[in-house]
Amino acid sequence: MTTQAPAGGKTTSAQSPATSTVFVSQRSFGDFFRRPETGALVGTLLVFVFFAVFGGQQFLSSGGVASWLNIAAELAIIALPVALLMIAGEFDLSVGSVVASSSVTLAVVSGTWGMPMIVGIFAALLLGVLTGLVNGIMVARTNVPSFIVTLAMQFALAGLTLGLARVLTGSTSIPIPNDPALKAIFGTLINGQFEVAIFWAIGIAIVVAWILQMTKYGNWIFAIGGDAVSARASGIPVVGTKVALFVASSVGAALVGIIQTLLYNGAQTGTGQSFVFNSIIAVVVGGVLLTGGYGSVVGVMLGCLTFAIVNQGIYYTGWNSDWASLILGILLLAAVLMNNTFRRLALSGGKAKAKN
Amino acid sequence: MTTPLLTLKNVSKSFAGNHALSDISLEVNAGEVLCLLGDNGAGKSTLIKVLSGVHKPSAGTLTVNGEPVVFDSPKDAGDVGIATVHQYGGTFPLMSVARNFFVGKEPTKGVWPFRYFDQKKAGEITVREMQKLGITRVTDGNRLAGALSGGERQSLAIARAVYFGAKVLILDEPTSALGVKQATHVLRLIMQARAQGIAVIFVTHNVTHAMAVGDQFAVLIHGRKADGFRKGERTREQITDLMAGGEAMAELEADLATLTGTVKIP
Repeated sequence: MTTQAPAGGKTTSAQSPATSTVFVSQRSFGDFFRRPETGALVGTLLVFVFFAVFGGQQFLSSGGVASWLNIAAELAIIALPVALLMIAGEFDLSVGSVVASSSVTLAVVSGTWGMPMIVGIFAALLLGVLTGLVNGIMVARTNVPSFIVTLAMQFALAGLTLGLARVLTGSTSIPIPNDPALKAIFGTLINGQFEVAIFWAIGIAIVVAWILQMTKYGNWIFAIGGDAVSARASGIPVVGTKVALFVASSVGAALVGIIQTLLYNGAQTGTGQSFVFNSIIAVVVGGVLLTGGYGSVVGVMLGCLTFAIVNQGIYYTGWNSDWASLILGILLLAAVLMNNTFRRLALSGGKAKAKN
Repeated sequence: MTTPLLTLKNVSKSFAGNHALSDISLEVNAGEVLCLLGDNGAGKSTLIKVLSGVHKPSAGTLTVNGEPVVFDSPKDAGDVGIATVHQYGGTFPLMSVARNFFVGKEPTKGVWPFRYFDQKKAGEITVREMQKLGITRVTDGNRLAGALSGGERQSLAIARAVYFGAKVLILDEPTSALGVKQATHVLRLIMQARAQGIAVIFVTHNVTHAMAVGDQFAVLIHGRKADGFRKGERTREQITDLMAGGEAMAELEADLATLTGTVKIP
């Protein structure tokens, strides 16, 4: 269909408005299947319907909805910047330890040492910034793949957190005093069910979507992930952009560390490790290309929802929760295969239809 | 025509004692096509990298409009109007045509922190510039560049370079990965750029393509300029012979003759 339209336009140089509107509407329908988030949307709808059927009323009750929205929100705060990094062609496997270490930092500074809560929060964010800087500069300067650099950081930081927590507090579980104002901002439950993290996630999604789709920095991120050599030749500051993205993903993880600490009134040294793989699952299910250069914020948000629905939905079915990981594994593979298909369709630019 | 746009004088480049380029002198004038011919490993890529600011020459000078220049980065070369388009055009297949066109030079609108990439303007300019180069199939800047053919992607890269004010356009093997029809289109683009007063350096090992558009020619062999001539001064056979390393071929023929009796390689 779409291939015929330009040919028609050539024969009649003055195209009538009527034909061009038809042309546009046909195009946008076809475009739907060529968007990076189409596969993710199908996945989300599928698991939602599946658990709505088998989980019943409980899954759809406000308590049920809150249980998966909360998981999705915390995951999204980390997955969104991780997605930007992956679109730029890099991994961050250190987010798990950043959650734990920032949480412990906040608890030590404001709990053990008794400083104001806001100081602890800034210390935790600073830790995120520093980790991101080290990750980014190491990747840029040494040319060691980010997979290795951040994996090393993940282990090193986990050890450092555990070791220092024991030295400084003699415990792996550190309580914090109550601070109602800051708890309201970071770690309260609205209506006793919904975490404020949901609003943080929505806010961050809007900012990240703006950066990726609307600003020149988004164009740089896509270009760096598409082909770093050509991007550098086009005058894009590749190193600076990548370092900024590593900092963003560590700060996202630190924010989740702060949220969890205020929510649970204390820090655990072992917290947050599951975010490493969960963020990658959410991002890839959301249609981001693992090798970079392609992806969207809407897709990542849907990926987070899909993950959270499967993760929590299983409890409402009455089945053994052991099956959740099996579903996630199958879902991940299915999502990637589906995303590949949709991406091929996008690259064919309408030619696939003509062939069939 | 009095001062050449770009001049290389006795340029050499060596890597750890290996001479990749020795004593190359070239002149490129505005509105002329210089064809750089040579076999694989003749030093064409090194010469391109010297011209586009990737490598600094070990010896010799570059002058632009009569003034000596030293490039510390590809950006410096770009600033004086030297643009390089590589074999696959340096395009990003998973980005839209408009995003490709303006990569690194995005037009923005609004005030910080709400300054945004003006994609409407980018799309309009991209489609207009592509149409100028005869790519009428592109009517929407939002199409992915990966959906374009190889020749169209070359056109996109050339259109981008010309739009951003390239005075010297270096095309690195633009036709070698293309079919006959698309290669013809790229050759036509070279003539269009030439007509606009751009100096084109066309790097190729295809003698037919070179002879179709070239005003002057330089043949590189083992990092040296083996021959330099203007249009019409050599026949196709002479050029092909030279590129194939004439003497080396004669030697091979002689060797084969002693081994198997008289053999004439056509």
